[in-house]
Amino acid sequence: MSVAPKRDDYDVVVIGAGPAGLAAAATSAGAGLTTLMLDENIGPGGQVFRAISSTPVTDRNQLGADYWVGSDLVQALRASNAEVIQRATVWSLDRNLDIAVSIGGASAFVRAKRVILATGALERPFPIPGWTLPGVMTAGAAQTMLKSSALVPDGRTVIAGQGPLLWLLAAQILRLGGRIDRILDTTERGNYVAALPHAFAFLTSPYFAKGLSMMREVKAKVQVVSGVTELAAAGDGQLASVSYVAGGKRETIPADLLLLHQGVVPNVNLAMAAGVEHRWDDLQLCWSPVLDVSGNSSVAGIAIAGDGAGIGGANAAVVRGRIAARAAVESLAPAAAAKLPAMAALRSDLAKAERGRVFLDTLFRPAPQFRIPKGDTIVCRCEEVTAKDVLDSVAIGATGPNQLKAYRRTGMGPCQGRLCGLTVTELMAQARGKTPQEIGYYRLRAPVKPITLAELAAVPKSEADVKAVVRG
Amino acid sequence: MTTNVDAIVIGGGIHGCSTTLHLCLAGLKPVLIEKDYAGRHASGVNAGGVRQLARHIPEIPLSIRSMGIWERINDLLDDDCSFESYGQVLVAENEEELAVCRARVAELNALGFTHEELIDAAELRRLVPAVAETCPGGVVSRRDGAANPAQTTTAFRRKAEQLGATVREGVAANNIRYGDGLWSVDVGTETFAAPVLVNAAGAWAGRIAADLGEPVPVETVAPMLMITSRVPHFIDPVVILRGRKLSFKQFKNGTVLIGGGHLATPYQDRNETVLDWKSLATSAQTVFELFPVMRSATIVRAWAGIEAKMKDDIPVFGPSSRHRGLYHQFGFSLHGFQLGPGAGAVMAELIVNGGTQTRIGDLGIDRFHPSTL
Repeated sequence: MSVAPKRDDYDVVVIGAGPAGLAAAATSAGAGLTTLMLDENIGPGGQVFRAISSTPVTDRNQLGADYWVGSDLVQALRASNAEVIQRATVWSLDRNLDIAVSIGGASAFVRAKRVILATGALERPFPIPGWTLPGVMTAGAAQTMLKSSALVPDGRTVIAGQGPLLWLLAAQILRLGGRIDRILDTTERGNYVAALPHAFAFLTSPYFAKGLSMMREVKAKVQVVSGVTELAAAGDGQLASVSYVAGGKRETIPADLLLLHQGVVPNVNLAMAAGVEHRWDDLQLCWSPVLDVSGNSSVAGIAIAGDGAGIGGANAAVVRGRIAARAAVESLAPAAAAKLPAMAALRSDLAKAERGRVFLDTLFRPAPQFRIPKGDTIVCRCEEVTAKDVLDSVAIGATGPNQLKAYRRTGMGPCQGRLCGLTVTELMAQARGKTPQEIGYYRLRAPVKPITLAELAAVPKSEADVKAVVRG
Repeated sequence: MTTNVDAIVIGGGIHGCSTTLHLCLAGLKPVLIEKDYAGRHASGVNAGGVRQLARHIPEIPLSIRSMGIWERINDLLDDDCSFESYGQVLVAENEEELAVCRARVAELNALGFTHEELIDAAELRRLVPAVAETCPGGVVSRRDGAANPAQTTTAFRRKAEQLGATVREGVAANNIRYGDGLWSVDVGTETFAAPVLVNAAGAWAGRIAADLGEPVPVETVAPMLMITSRVPHFIDPVVILRGRKLSFKQFKNGTVLIGGGHLATPYQDRNETVLDWKSLATSAQTVFELFPVMRSATIVRAWAGIEAKMKDDIPVFGPSSRHRGLYHQFGFSLHGFQLGPGAGAVMAELIVNGGTQTRIGDLGIDRFHPSTL
């Protein structure tokens, strides 16, 4: 079933139906703006509320109360007049706010007066030796299977990495009866000290009590090794073992499944391809868009909300979505904006939702050895380029990620740099003694997600072409 | 502080880099100034076609000169530039187009050029087995081929630097001026001075020429390209169409590059282009019709490079008609990549020897401004 957009032009197009997008679209449509929501997944929810309308998991405790908040947001969107299209992959957005979207194998073009990007986050690459072996996957992929199909691991399972989502996933797997043999915590010991000055804010954050009880719940059932400083996966064509060093001692354990996670970073591909300016965030160690207080980017008409605007978590995402939508309403229908919650109130909600974020960012700042690989470790999976290959290219004159393409084709494969971009930037920055900001990032281009030649060939042609055919 | 050098080359595209390298080979000490980085624009992101086929007659001698250099590019640069030579084929889609091809080849033969060869349907099918059966023939230039444009431009730049060129990237050339027999250019906090200035600034060259009193009919364009995911090997030569806008090339790794000259909107001052997907859809449709094997391939990326296009579609190449020591090398109008190696060699001859054996007379800026020198 394919549903094309009903109109060619909308006041607001929201891209992504995670917490920020759901809140933004409901706000914008509720204020009377013609609003189109385009979302890639089968149902609304994004990653954090994935499968919120369809999950087979019915015991609310298993996925946790925070997950079910998503159903209220979906209700609000459905109660509004927003046009919602699922399985809609936006593959191009430009500075004229022209959007190309693929729906059910056919592409359509729409134009917006305002675009709110709510494309969320991606898992940070975790390039350790052996990370490309079958049997090694990201925690996020495991969580997707768990939420949409209630699938949990039953073989020998190791989870390695750090960050709040790692503990959440572990708790969810255990509650659903899955198996975890060991958790390898890679949080740097020094981070606890560095985070301490920010601890007070975190103590008053709603995440604190929940996080603590989740960690207790997991630690009661699984052996947790902390202070892991080295990590490698090994096996002949398939994961067989995981080896690690903790407290100076090396250990190797057999494993069928290794789940890796060291936090999430903004999913910047669509925004960058549209020409939105980004800056390197030295605390979160990723690229974040340059935004004003209402989420407006450097490209007129494009606002960004949610984790795509800088990692802030689901609660902050909801408020950022409302702020971006309110700003759109203020500019397109000022009279309707008066009925919405005041901007000042929204900003104070945001401050509350973001409380404790610096503590989390500092505590869970991934260690250099897990971000910047060495030797034969693969950096670019699409083109099988190793860390050494990158350094060799730097030695003969590659100065940044875009120049590196000429030497190694990094970032030119189907993933468009999603799996290697941050690694390449940091690796080259380190090798050249520059900051990541100075080194820069891949120039990204549409299609942001691949489309088939047949689909592009079937696109309605420009007016000039159509006229030529009619006359012909 | 002013640094004196033998020549100042503005623009780090393949032309500026090649000229810089050839000046080094002639024993000069040039400086190369590039506002972004070498190969940032058209030279690094074009289709990589190494083509003598279907060229304007005035630039054929330069193209042939260049071809000789391409064939031993590794000796020159210590880099193979991923150059490969499986020929380029121009496909006629009907008898009318084939008649045009026949006349063209006859015209070239009369002028003494033999690189283009008329082929019938059988030879076309042998060279390009995947092409639609309805095509009656075309033209082949068998020594032609393709190279990796970013790799090539980077290799020229690298070799030039190894041979003693000074390279300044990431800073624009400002305040170009002439006095006491020397051209001076400010580059950030530095100033360079030399008796020779080469304007190889691509899409930005027209402004430099105009500022120096030699405006030419040139516009900035951004031809679009797109590349597919890997598909099984099915084609060796580069294929271009006689009638419709399409060029087509499969690389060793299986990816297929689709071009043909549909234009994006350039935003030159921001180094940006906005793609026109409806035009790209036309290219996709042409490929869909001609190469059924491509129908399930996916488009992975599309882009456009900013470059200069002359109203008469041939470059501005040679000495200034107004100023001593000034040379122009721009306006290659979507087909400058293959010319790069040869144009650098010829430009170095013009600068060092005051002349060249390669026939370039029709390419001079004096076609717009009669010489006052």
